[in-house]
Amino acid sequence: MQADIAPLLGPALGVSAILFSLGVAGVLLRRNVIVLFVCIELMLNAVNLTFVALSQLHGTSGQVMVVFVMTVAAAEAAVGLAIILAVFRHKQTVDLQNINLLRG
Amino acid sequence: MTATQWIWLAVALPLAGFLVNGALALRRRPAVLPVSIVGPGVLLGAFLVSLAVAVELLGAPPHEPQVVRLWSWMPVGALQIDLAFQVDQLSMVMLLVVTGVGSLIHLFSVGYMREDPGYARYFAYLNLFIVFMLVLVLGSSLPVLFIGWEGVGLCSYLLIGFWFTEKANADAGKKAFIMNRIGDFGVLVAMFLLWRELGTLDFARIAQLAPTELAAGGTVVTLITLFLFLGCTGKSAQIPLYTWLPDAMAGPTPVSALIHAATMVTAGVYLVARTNVLFAMAPVSSAVVAGIGAVTALFAATIALRQYDIKKVLAYSTVSQLGYMFVGVGSAAYAAGIFHLVTHAFFKALLFLGSGSVIHAMHHAYHATHSHEDAQDMRNMGGLRQYMPWTFWLMTIATFAIAGVPPLSGFFSKDEILASAFARGNEMPVYYLFYALCVVAAFLTAFYMARLMAMTFLGENRTGGEERRHLHEAPWIMTGPLVVLGVLTVVGGVFNLPAFVGGHHRLESWLEPVTAAAAAFARVELPHGSTELFLVGAAVLVGVVGLALGYRLTQARRIPTAHEAPEDKGIARVLNRKYFVDELYDAAVVRPLVALSRVVLWKGVDQGVIDGAAVNGSARLSRGLGWLGSRLQTGQVGMYVVLFLVGALWILRAVIR
Repeated sequence: MQADIAPLLGPALGVSAILFSLGVAGVLLRRNVIVLFVCIELMLNAVNLTFVALSQLHGTSGQVMVVFVMTVAAAEAAVGLAIILAVFRHKQTVDLQNINLLRG
Repeated sequence: MTATQWIWLAVALPLAGFLVNGALALRRRPAVLPVSIVGPGVLLGAFLVSLAVAVELLGAPPHEPQVVRLWSWMPVGALQIDLAFQVDQLSMVMLLVVTGVGSLIHLFSVGYMREDPGYARYFAYLNLFIVFMLVLVLGSSLPVLFIGWEGVGLCSYLLIGFWFTEKANADAGKKAFIMNRIGDFGVLVAMFLLWRELGTLDFARIAQLAPTELAAGGTVVTLITLFLFLGCTGKSAQIPLYTWLPDAMAGPTPVSALIHAATMVTAGVYLVARTNVLFAMAPVSSAVVAGIGAVTALFAATIALRQYDIKKVLAYSTVSQLGYMFVGVGSAAYAAGIFHLVTHAFFKALLFLGSGSVIHAMHHAYHATHSHEDAQDMRNMGGLRQYMPWTFWLMTIATFAIAGVPPLSGFFSKDEILASAFARGNEMPVYYLFYALCVVAAFLTAFYMARLMAMTFLGENRTGGEERRHLHEAPWIMTGPLVVLGVLTVVGGVFNLPAFVGGHHRLESWLEPVTAAAAAFARVELPHGSTELFLVGAAVLVGVVGLALGYRLTQARRIPTAHEAPEDKGIARVLNRKYFVDELYDAAVVRPLVALSRVVLWKGVDQGVIDGAAVNGSARLSRGLGWLGSRLQTGQVGMYVVLFLVGALWILRAVIR
């Protein structure tokens, strides 16, 4: 009786999958770095939702992991935004098509 | 403890001498006195050891060879090769010749080489040569013999090119080494074949197994012996590999006496005698051995007729005499071949050392007057008899010996070989032809030796007025060994006196245990009675007539000096230029090889394949791959994400499945 032990597991995973796919699609399709950044946050939160949903089955370690992810995401946001700011100062744009310094 | 157990000392002493002299050669200042003591000293020590062994062996002749095992050298599965020395009748004879004649030549060298800046280096090489020569004659198996075989080749190379600052000398050394390598290939192949067929390389086991395991007269044994003989033609300077020996005269004269007359070049004869059972089982190979020997004897003798360099005459004479020895062992008369080897070591060493003291005197005379004339050209000599009487008389003895005048040693040994070849004619008529070739060669031998003596010692002196006053006899340290060799040349025949002078073929019966296995397959019945006396008479007559003719023809006309002599014409030119064999080899072998190396190996393989395809090709390949990889780096983050996603999905798929 899966449903009794873990109510709403299916819908939670479904929402998580949709959120993750939206994030991936955004990263793939959008060009604005800020939007890209938001999409990455979306993916991270989709993963967080999965952790929380599955922690019903596997104990609290999933929830602990969520706290970690959020911490790292916050740090990442700080660093990422700083980089974006630096790039913008340098190139006067945040459009990814114009940022290709690593071209071989 | 018997003397035989100490046989390793005979090898160890010269080895120690090599190390000491080699160390002294590295010092900047010359160390004449220590080298003069150590160099010949260790040889005398080795000779004493050999004498002790010989006395013990003579007291109680063993029927089986005594093998002294030193250590296990190559234990590889079924192949067990020990570094072991074999003491038997044959190796004892060789041991005495090598250390005895070697000691005399070492003593002579003290006088001859004293003023050379490379004095210590010279004795180091000479000692090392003796080490390897003794390993060669003492080795109890083919691989151990092969150590010595290669080692003497190395020392020969080092000593021929001893004065390496002149390119001709260094080239002569290389020529000798390369020619010998061709022969060594034959010995190696023979070893492989023997191992495959018999599973052993020990001489004693070969003599035991060969008669039962191999088919007498079969292809296998014929092949083995022919390959062995290829090695012998290289080491013992027989057709077609003989051309290195005359060039080897570029080395110091005592070296020519020791290595290129008395010891190393006889290694081929020794090898045939050592593996006598194989050769006796292969009559075709034996006939090839005798045939090559006979042809070489005649061929080299004709070249010697027209040489002007005193050492070149003796070199071709050596090639010719080695041919005789091969006729002997090729006629299954192994003892006769070894007998001639021994007597030849005496009289040819004497001739070479005598020519050495002549060159010594000539060199000093020209040196004193700062002349640049050739000190070895016989046209510049003449009349030396009054300046160097000892050398003259001793060399005269040797000349009579090599011409086969009784009762000198050369007469007995040469006669024995001729008689054996004649006797084999009963079974294979082709041996009559070999006999005839040898008789003609004997005539020519007497002729060119008489010419050499007449040109060098008799008649008017042609050295030059100023130089004449500087000509002198060599010091006692050089004439002393000559006298000893002279005595040996005279009495050398007593080792193997034939029946018609009341002898018992001592050497032959002494060597019987060694040749016993071969005697079952090929036995020489020497002619007796009137046939024997006829053969002896013919040989003596040929020798005496040759001597007389050579003397008369050389004395008959005035000899121009090397300076004013006209160019030889016609047949004389062909002989003087040695039948153009060197030029022939150059055109047929050397030049095609050089061209092949240049066009195919250098331009084609090295520059084309190795440089072009391998070295530059791999560089070009990695650069191309790098270019491809760099195309992926677009700098577009979107592209990276797509690739990353594809990769992640791909891994996910692999994990889930």
